[in-house]
Formats: sequence, C-alpha cells, structure tokens
Amino acid sequence: MKSIEELKAIKAKNRGDMSVRDAKGAPVINVHMGTCGIANGAREVLIAVMDEIKTRNLTNVHVTQSGCPGMCVEEPLITLTIPGEKPYIYRKVSPENAKAIVTRHVVNKQPVKEWLLNLEN
Amino acid sequence: MECQCQTAVEKGEQFLAVDRIVKQVGNDKSNLIQVLEKVQHELGYLPEEVQSYVAKKMSVPLSEVFGVVTFYALFNVEPVGKYKISVCLGTACYVKGSGKIIEEFQRQLGVKSGETTEDGVFTLEACRCLGACGLAPVLNVNGKVFGKLTPEDVGGIIAQYKDAV
Amino acid sequence: MDFYRSHVLTCAGTGCTSMDSRLVRQGLHDELAKRGLDKEIKVLETGCFGFCNMGPIMVVYPEGTFYCQVQQQDITQIIEEHFIKGRPVERLLYKGQEAQATTEMENIEFFKHQERVVLSNCGKINPENIEEYIAEDGYFALAKCLDMTQEEVIDTVKKSGLRGRGGGGFPTGTKWDFAYKSQSDQKYVVCNADEGDPGAFMDRSVLEGDPHSVLEAMAIAGYAIGANKGYIYIRAEYPIAVERLGIAISQARELGLLGKDIFSKGFDFDIELRLGAGAFVCGEETGLLQSIEGKRGEPRPRPPFPAVAGLWTQPTLINNVETYANIPRIILRGADWFAGMGTEKSKGTKVFALAGKVNNIGLIEIPMGTTLRTIVYDIGGGIPKGKNFKAVQSGGPSGGCIPAEHLDVPIDYDSLMSIGSMMGSGGLIVMDEDNCMVDIAKFYMEFIQDESCGKCPPCRIGTKRMLEILTKITEGRGEPEDLDNLQILASNIKNTALCALGQTAPNPVLSTMKYFRDEYEAHIYEKKCPSKVCQALLSYVIDPEKCKGCGLCARNCPSDAISGKVKEPYSIDQSKCVKCGECMARCKFGAIDKK
Repeated sequence: MKSIEELKAIKAKNRGDMSVRDAKGAPVINVHMGTCGIANGAREVLIAVMDEIKTRNLTNVHVTQSGCPGMCVEEPLITLTIPGEKPYIYRKVSPENAKAIVTRHVVNKQPVKEWLLNLEN
Repeated sequence: MECQCQTAVEKGEQFLAVDRIVKQVGNDKSNLIQVLEKVQHELGYLPEEVQSYVAKKMSVPLSEVFGVVTFYALFNVEPVGKYKISVCLGTACYVKGSGKIIEEFQRQLGVKSGETTEDGVFTLEACRCLGACGLAPVLNVNGKVFGKLTPEDVGGIIAQYKDAV
Repeated sequence: MDFYRSHVLTCAGTGCTSMDSRLVRQGLHDELAKRGLDKEIKVLETGCFGFCNMGPIMVVYPEGTFYCQVQQQDITQIIEEHFIKGRPVERLLYKGQEAQATTEMENIEFFKHQERVVLSNCGKINPENIEEYIAEDGYFALAKCLDMTQEEVIDTVKKSGLRGRGGGGFPTGTKWDFAYKSQSDQKYVVCNADEGDPGAFMDRSVLEGDPHSVLEAMAIAGYAIGANKGYIYIRAEYPIAVERLGIAISQARELGLLGKDIFSKGFDFDIELRLGAGAFVCGEETGLLQSIEGKRGEPRPRPPFPAVAGLWTQPTLINNVETYANIPRIILRGADWFAGMGTEKSKGTKVFALAGKVNNIGLIEIPMGTTLRTIVYDIGGGIPKGKNFKAVQSGGPSGGCIPAEHLDVPIDYDSLMSIGSMMGSGGLIVMDEDNCMVDIAKFYMEFIQDESCGKCPPCRIGTKRMLEILTKITEGRGEPEDLDNLQILASNIKNTALCALGQTAPNPVLSTMKYFRDEYEAHIYEKKCPSKVCQALLSYVIDPEKCKGCGLCARNCPSDAISGKVKEPYSIDQSKCVKCGECMARCKFGAIDKK
C-alpha cells in the first residue's frame, strides 16, 4: 500500500457491492412474486431489473421481492419505493419496461406515468 | 525376551519428526513451545526420550523442556485415548450443572478426570471454557461440540464413539 | 461489477459453529447453485452477532430479516418462501416475550439497549476479506496516524479517556506514553489475546468477526511508540480465531498494510502470532511475555514494568484485544466522540459475555454506566423458568459476586471495585436461587489452585488452605472459626502475592462472604445447604403419597439403599445412601425430593 488513494479505490469498489447491507435510505424495487406473478413472468422481470442495475453499475439500489398484492389481473407488478415518497406501483411490467423503469425513474427520477397503477402519485 | 527392534524403529521415526519440525520452525529458544506443540500433534504425546531429543536439538537444558511441558495444560507426557472427551467446567457451564456431567462420565467410563480408559479409547478431561456458553453445559470430543447436555446424554455419547471404534 | 440482489450473512463464530452453522451455510450454498440463484444471492460468513443461544443465526439483506436457530432442513423453505416469493419464513423469526415475531434486528429487545462500537463490524462484514474491512473505513485510521506526529497520536488516545479493557483499567494513553518515552533501538507491541476467564468470550468474538481492527490498532501503536514488531498471544483453544488472524495477517501483508514502508511513509511494521498452550496465568502480562519467549509462563515482579523492560528486556507495550479494537474508531471519529460515551471516569463502551442463568445468553456491548438491571432483565430477558435472581459474577476468578441490592449501580471500573468486584475482561455470569454461593466460591478457588503457577507461596499455599476450608464447609464439617480464618488468609494473600492472579484470587470468597454470609452460616451451624447443591448436606427422601411402588429407583440405586415392596411406597436407608441423585433423576412420578 503506497498511498491513501489506493486505499480509497478499494473502498469505493467494495462499497457498491456492500450497499445491499445498508438497510436504510436506498430506493427499493420490489417485484411481486406470488404464484400469479411468477406465472405471468415476474421472474423474468426480476432478472431484467438486476441486469439493468449490473450494466449501469448502480449502487445503493435494493431489489427485493414480495408476495401477491391481490391484483392478479395486473401482474407482473413492481412497487418502487423511494425514501420520503409514496410508493409507485407499476402494472403489467415486461422485462423491457422493467429496464426502462430503472433508467427513467430510478436513475433520472422521472416516473413513467403511463405504466403506473396508482395515478394519485 | 521381547523383541526391541520395533521400538527402535519407532524411536527413529519420532526423532526424524523432531528433526523436521525443528528445521521448519527454527531452533531459536523462543520457539520451544511451538516445536513441542507440533511434535505432540504428530506423536500424540511427549515421551521423555523425545523431550530430551528436543532439548538437544534446541540447545536448551532438559530441565527447561520438562519445565515447559509440565507447566502448560496442552502437553501430555502419557499417551492419550483415541477420543478425548473434554467436559467444560467454565463458570457458565458449571452454574448450569456441568459438574454432574463429568461425574457421570467418570462413573460410566470408570476413570478419573485426566485419565485414559484401559482400552485406550477414551481420555476424559475437564477444560475451562470452550466459549460456547450459549450451549452450556457443553463438551467437546475431538473437536465436535455437544451442547445443552444432561447426565442422561452421557451414555449415548459414549456409545456413539465406542461403536465407531 | 457483480450485482447480487441479496446478501445472506451467516454467523461463523464459535457459538454458531458449534451448532453446525457450517453445514447450514454449505447446504444453502449448494441449494442456491442447484436452482441457479447463486448469481443473484450471495452467501457470506460473518462474525458473531452476539445472540448465541438463538444460533445458528442468519441475516438476509436488503430486507435485514433476522433468522434464528436455522437448521439444515429449513433451507428449502427459506429459498422457496423468502428468496423466490419474498415472504419471510415466520417460524424462524425471533419471537420475544410479546410472542410477536420481529423481522429486523433493531426491534429485538436484546439489541435495542446496545451500542455497538467495538462490535460494529461483527455480523456485518466478512472477516476473511480485507476489502470489506477497508470498505468500512478500515486502515484509514492508520493512514491518518502516519500523517500525525507520534505525540499527537498518543495525545488523542489520552484525551479519549480509554482505559485497558483487559481487567485493571489502566489509562491506555498513559501506557503508550511510558513505552514511547523508554529509550531503545528495539521496542515491541504485544496483543494479549489469552482470554482465560472461564465464561468470557469477548476477545474471541472480536478476533473472529473483525480481526483487522486489531492488526490496524497494533500498527498504530507501533508507530506511536516507535516499534516495528508486534506479537499476538492467543489461546490455542480458539482455533477459528487463530485461523482468521492468520488469514488477516497474510492479506494485510499482501496489500502492504503490514510490512515495509507502509503508505510510503518510511514506517515498517509486522505481526507474528504466538499460541498459548493452556495456562491461565499467561493472561498476566509478565507471565505472557515469558511465554512468548518460549519459557514457563511464570510472572515476575514489577517494576520494572514491561514498558521499560518487557520482551527480551526491551520496552514493550501490552494491551488486550478489546482495547486495541477501540483505537481505529477513536482515531477516525475523534477523542471527543469517544469521551462523550460512558461515565465520568470510564469512557466508551464495554463488551460483556452474558451467560449463566439468563434467557438471552450472548455477547453484548453497552455504554459504560448501564445498570446491571438493564443488562440482566432488558437485554438478557430475565431469569429462565421464573426463578429468582441471586447474583451476577463479574470479572472472572479475580472478581466477585454482586447481589440483587446492587442491581441498580451504573457499572464502570470504579463502581464495580467499590462493591467488591471488578470489571475484569467482561464475563458476566448470572446465578439464580439454585446456585449455592459457597459452592461457587469453592469452584473459583479450585480454578485458582489449578492455575496457580506455584512461584509465590501466598498463592500456591494460601489458596490451597482456603480451598481446604471451603471444601470442609461444603461437606458439612465447617467450624465457626472457619469464616475468620478465610478472612485472615484472604487479606494475607491479597497483600503479599506476586502477581494480579494471586492478589485478586480471594475476591470471589470475600464478596460471597460479605453478601451471602447467611449461606455460609447455614452450612456451618445448621449443616444445611439452602440452595440444595452441596451433596453431603442433603438427604433424599421418598414421598409415600406420590410413590407408586414401581421399584425403578431401587433397581438403579448403586448402593442398594432403597428397599420396599412392589406397589407400596419405597424408602431410602440414609446410612447407605451415597447421594448420587440417580433415584430422583429416574423417578417418573416426582416422588423423590432432596431436603
């Protein structure tokens, strides 16, 4: 170890990977994975979300999954929670739409209105 | 008269092990404990002739080697059993009744703490805190930990290892 | 970059490993790979969470779900429910007294009252990966120190008010200053990891969960006092800690954080491990130094203190594991931050190993000044089976037993001293109404007898006489003058023993005589053991009302002391009874009682 810059580089490289463990403060992309969701392709959506995060080298975004919210007809569903804001629920998400949601909403902070289920947001 | 060749060969091998270990660790006096620990790891215990050979190789008086061997609980001067049962008598285990556990082992194995059964299968010993206090009372058989014990468990543990012999 | 949507941290401390956490981890790993989820979910080892009797413990991020007592057969359900459907597995969540399952660590009463400074990385990072330590600001304190003068580093430690966590509570900064001011070409930094107190496992958990914090602190100490060589003296009974330290040292060497010319500042420092071979007295600093030199670990008189003439008669700084683990945090966050925690004379936090008769056994870290009541009842969850609290033993064989009347004393170095105990390294053993205090005193005296190195007569012979008296009392042969004799012996040993081991050895006896004199008196005058522990003072009797006459007790009695007719109440011949308790353990009707 020759300089503190070297140390900082190691820290930066690993912080990203470890941000999954920082419980608070990150946007959470929740893919609903009840039986109906999975049947409608929720698993592919989840993989697409992860791919997009990987390609864009995003850190501090959490991806979780949860059960069926009860609107089977709108599946697959994604709930995006940004700290301090009401949750955004996206309906009938395809893998392509999922990638777009990551880019447009998580990165560029522009909700994709036409795909939203809860329009009050 | 009993044939002596066997022991002579064994002794030769013991000394070769000491040679190798001293060479690997270094014969500086401060390495004495490490050397003894590694020798015991290979031979199982430290008989007198091995101690005196270590003394010679490391250029320390035999009295000092003997002093170190008898000072530390880790070292054995007698052969130990195939399975070493270490019953924890640390405080946390003691208040939860480990005294009863070791008594039961003494009764069933017919040996006192620190002794080896005649068939050479078990050595019973008391130890101080394995650090698994959440499982108290605990014991350790050759590295495997048994926890939350009652005196009723003793027979089963002995049988389990006896069958394996 | 690899992105994992979930990190699963599994405890790889000694407690959980004893409960086969390794098999759970391996099983999870294999099952995830089989289902192709291993690219999404990463399984890691981490250090002790402290909640040892709930082990094996597993925490799933990003949700932070805290699973307890996870067994191999639970793996499939965790994967199918949690990882695929996103539903936490209810039955594996922690259920407190409210019976309400909680998913997150912060909501668990056991963690609520804690302040994790020294343990902040335990249960959070992978201890076998130096990069995760660096990601949590590891080695930044060392870098910062190398831009400071030696005096500035020592001043910071002094200002923080940090005191030695190994037992005595000597101010750490002052110790560093002594070693710094000793003139010599060769100085040494030593870490005392010979945690020998029975029932204490704080240092082990730090070394297993966050080994780099100790290495970094030792390098900082080396720079501050002008030493370039360090030794860690660790118990051979801690195989996992030894292995992790070995890995940590080689990783630090690889990255050049140990070795030559660290951070291009012309500072060299390296560390070697030395294994203890099982001798309690080696926890005493001069005994420890003898042992590192390869000799019998017999203490020698002080002065000269190790700071003047230590290892190979060179100036040597010795601190214990927890003391070192505080140092990087103090350097990075400042002396004032540290001094802001704790009491007037005891700053910061203290790690305790909570064990014995308490519901939540484990490792806890609390600010100095927390009361024993909070520890035993809020964090520890009270006494199991609704029994009554009797005492807390602190400080191991050098400490004492604290009775219920002192439960509200804010604990720090000085308050513990004033009630006849001491901080020691941090073992807290809770005892309930079923523990006999005379028996406990005898237990500690047996321990001291076993471990006395024999060099000085007060410890070698004095403690032997004390043990003989205590044995006599527990066997029903106690005489009225015994209590005075114990007192006289105790004060002589205290005043004349060579090292701290001997000087503090009478403490468990003195404190129990002070607070539980009635128990001693019951043994001596009434020949009774009120807690029904001392076998010789008990008699086993059969309740004729409850006895069904099955004869099971008689068949199992080793001394043929039980007789009777089938289907009629049996009875025990007290003159033949050896008081083994076998009959009571065998009776299916609870008809046998000890009195």
